[in-house]
Amino acid sequence: MADFLLELRCEEIPARMQKGARAELEKLFRREMDASGVKASDLTVWSTPRRLALIARGLPTATEAVREEAKGPPVAAPDQAIDGFCRKNGVERGALEVREVKGRETYFAVIEKPGQAALDLLAAAIPAIIRDFSWPKSMRWGDASISNESLKWVRPLSGIVALLDGEVVPCLTDGFASGRTTMGHRFHSSGEIVISGADDYADTLRDAYVIVDHEVRAGIIREGARKAAKAAGLTVVEDEGLVVENAGLTEWPVPLLGRFEDDFLDVPPETIQLTARVNQKYFVCEGPDGKLANAFICTANIAADDPAVVVDGNRKVLAARLADARFFWELDQKKTLAQHAKGLERITFHEKLGTVADKVDRVAKLVRWLCEEDIVKGDPDLAEQAARLCKADLVTEMVGEFPELQGLMGGYYAAKEGLPVEVSDAIRDHYKPVGQGDDVPTAPVTVAVSLADKLDTLVGFFQYDEKPTGSKDPFALRRAGLGILALVLSNNIRTTMRELITAAAHAGGSPDAGRDIAGFLIDRLKVQQREAGIRHDMIDAVLPVESDADTARVVARVKALQSFIETENGTNLLAGYKRASNILKKEKWEAPKNPSGKDPSGKDISYTPETAEKALIDALDAAAPKAASAVTEERFEDAMSALATLRAPIDAFFEDVTVNDDDADKREARLNLLARFTGAVSNVADFSKIEG
Amino acid sequence: MDTELQSPPLPARDPTRSFQDMILTLHDFWAANGCVILQPYDMRMGAGTFHTATTLRALGPEPWNAAFVQPCRRPTDGRYGENPNRLQHYYQYQVILKPSPSDIQELYLKSLAAIGVDPLKHDIRFVEDDWESPTLGAWGLGWEVWCDGMEVTQFTYFQQMGGFDCKPVAGELTYGLERLAMYIQGVDSVYDLAFNQHGVSYGDVFLENERQMSKANFEVFDTDLLFKKFEMAEKECRNQIDNDVPIAAYEEAVEASHIFNLLQARGVISVQERASYMGRVRDLARGSCEKYAELKAPEWAEKYPEWSLI
Repeated sequence: MADFLLELRCEEIPARMQKGARAELEKLFRREMDASGVKASDLTVWSTPRRLALIARGLPTATEAVREEAKGPPVAAPDQAIDGFCRKNGVERGALEVREVKGRETYFAVIEKPGQAALDLLAAAIPAIIRDFSWPKSMRWGDASISNESLKWVRPLSGIVALLDGEVVPCLTDGFASGRTTMGHRFHSSGEIVISGADDYADTLRDAYVIVDHEVRAGIIREGARKAAKAAGLTVVEDEGLVVENAGLTEWPVPLLGRFEDDFLDVPPETIQLTARVNQKYFVCEGPDGKLANAFICTANIAADDPAVVVDGNRKVLAARLADARFFWELDQKKTLAQHAKGLERITFHEKLGTVADKVDRVAKLVRWLCEEDIVKGDPDLAEQAARLCKADLVTEMVGEFPELQGLMGGYYAAKEGLPVEVSDAIRDHYKPVGQGDDVPTAPVTVAVSLADKLDTLVGFFQYDEKPTGSKDPFALRRAGLGILALVLSNNIRTTMRELITAAAHAGGSPDAGRDIAGFLIDRLKVQQREAGIRHDMIDAVLPVESDADTARVVARVKALQSFIETENGTNLLAGYKRASNILKKEKWEAPKNPSGKDPSGKDISYTPETAEKALIDALDAAAPKAASAVTEERFEDAMSALATLRAPIDAFFEDVTVNDDDADKREARLNLLARFTGAVSNVADFSKIEG
Repeated sequence: MDTELQSPPLPARDPTRSFQDMILTLHDFWAANGCVILQPYDMRMGAGTFHTATTLRALGPEPWNAAFVQPCRRPTDGRYGENPNRLQHYYQYQVILKPSPSDIQELYLKSLAAIGVDPLKHDIRFVEDDWESPTLGAWGLGWEVWCDGMEVTQFTYFQQMGGFDCKPVAGELTYGLERLAMYIQGVDSVYDLAFNQHGVSYGDVFLENERQMSKANFEVFDTDLLFKKFEMAEKECRNQIDNDVPIAAYEEAVEASHIFNLLQARGVISVQERASYMGRVRDLARGSCEKYAELKAPEWAEKYPEWSLI
């Protein structure tokens, strides 16, 4: 058994690509080994900004010899076929063996694959791995780039270490020869470092100020940031994404805490956090009161002679950024949101849907309608005011700089202006819910603005045939659809989608998009409810009997149905239903359109029914009206309980009664009875849509 | 008897205390590393990348190593001399190395050391930052170089220019001179930078310029004239392309680009129009580059048989 080390050194790999690169290296290495039938007992992949490393332990030192046989054409076959077979298998015609197969002389090719030394196998694998490596973006460089064919890598490749049990695996890729030397830290180490093998790789690099294991670096950053904050009497605001990013930017991470001027804390904390995180990759801290503190933690890549110098440099950069943020914060407040909103007339929302100002106008009208019709219980005047101002922050300097702060900044500016809290909250939160799991607004004014904004977007784009297709959803309509459903369900908005869609329709758009939008929302509903464990076929089973219903009613009915189907009674009733409807289908029997009534033929039964038959008739007489009234009154569990009483009688009926009796009267009566049964069940849900 | 005119001995350069010494030190460094030291292009432009020594020389197979200071104009960044970090006119130091040498990062770090940045005192980092100029039909991969969290240099491996693959690839370094100097000299306002070792500050040289030019850019330029100038440059560019003088055409593209920036500063270009103007500038710049490459391609192909334009 042997241990293999591969290090691919290059100029700084973007932090965000390192995780994918590790997976790619592992995948390609496994591919190469699988192709030779070789398995490592243990595989480790590491990354730093300047290298990817792979250690494979427990590799065999050589592969076994393999003998393979391939059956060819009969000896009598045309030359063409025989030559083709030889080419395909890479053997000379003279080397073919002849054997008898079912009495016919047949050619066989015997291919002997000799065992291969692991060293040779790896020497061939490394260039293949490098050549096939896929980066999100790659580049050419240097003298070789005079040709299009030159090697592509994420940044210039600078060296390859390949050692099998300490012995160099010799290979050459685009002018790079493998060896045993690498480089240490860019500034803390000079000259080449000699690696003796997989076992001492990490330690040798550590001596050269490189921590090659990305997890270890992440741990140092995570713990170091916590400690630095604690030492200053603060708590670091945890941010795992930032930990990973800083681990991808450093080979020798040193978290350092610095302070900025208190004055900057006047600007909204989200702004400070965002500029620190996005622009500078700093952590921020909270004081004992849970409020943002005037501190930041940067992660240096050196053990600096004097850390205070590094901290001070970083402080200055952050101060300049915060000064910009404060400048924007103050400048933006020189105008009211209503004044800012005028600027929306200059911003195109979509070429067919007009400017953002046009959109705001539509949303404001829709919001007023929602409140005046009492669909949402918000004050119509406040709701319209919020709607008219909700997009104004898009033209502020702050949101221009930090688009992620849309809504939030509008909320702050509205509060600063002294607008009613319902209005500022609605401006702040009207983009919510942004995804599944995000908070769903419940304040009525916010609900109205959020719902109207999303409806206007969804309906408008569909009316102009800008629907999502496949993976393409450039206007995030799926998210808008999910948002609408979440708002409607969380706030128990009892209006049909049809009414909402009609109210949101754009005057100039296609009038025929309603059906598409409804279908789209049903698909979204299935996606959304899947998260809650609701099956899509349950939704399909309820929709035909609830075509005019509001979404809350549909979902309540679906939930009751699924709970019922998951009981033993439900499962068996479903089986009974399927059996009954199969018989009816086979006999081409028309289902009677009178599910709650008596025998639809109007005839009394001319014979004495069998016990099980009578029992089913009685059960239906009792259950059908109960289920029907329960459905009307939205007591869906009761409707299901009524159906449950049919389970034993239908099972007994199939057990004891022959439907296709020789007596034509009996046959007709029994088929009608089954039709009554399926009708009664279908009145609660279309069981034919249920799977299983 | 001849009177010997003896010049006084040259004082030692101190890049840590003089803006001009920092520039001269960079010149010394890159000259010693084989670069042609050029003077700025004599036109108003938004970035050193617009210099023909960068754009046009990035095309074709011939080696090219050059360094120069390029004054850059960003009309919308003007702050009337009131912001310590923002200027509508500032300097970039450009180095273009083609093909990109394998030790280009080390060379760059040595140049920082030469002007007084010690990498064991300051945290130097290469942070992903790819570059794209739709205007020039150009893109490249590289980094912004951080010094204690501050971006001091843009470092790019050009992959395409004027819509053509760069064969070979050129490495481009763009130092933000004022930022670097502020850092090295330890001042918080650009106007407090020592320009030389004789008491002249950056403010002495440029403050009045910033005040007047900010006013001109934001308030004074006659927008009707600017629109006309834009169209004139556009027309002239086409004329030059049609007559096979792409360098002259390229200059008109640079001119149009700056006029467009002035129109932006005057706030007379709407969001919708913006994209259309940018498209027009792009067509001029790319048309010039294409013409240049097309004219030079036969000569290049003859000298470098392994090379092809596409």
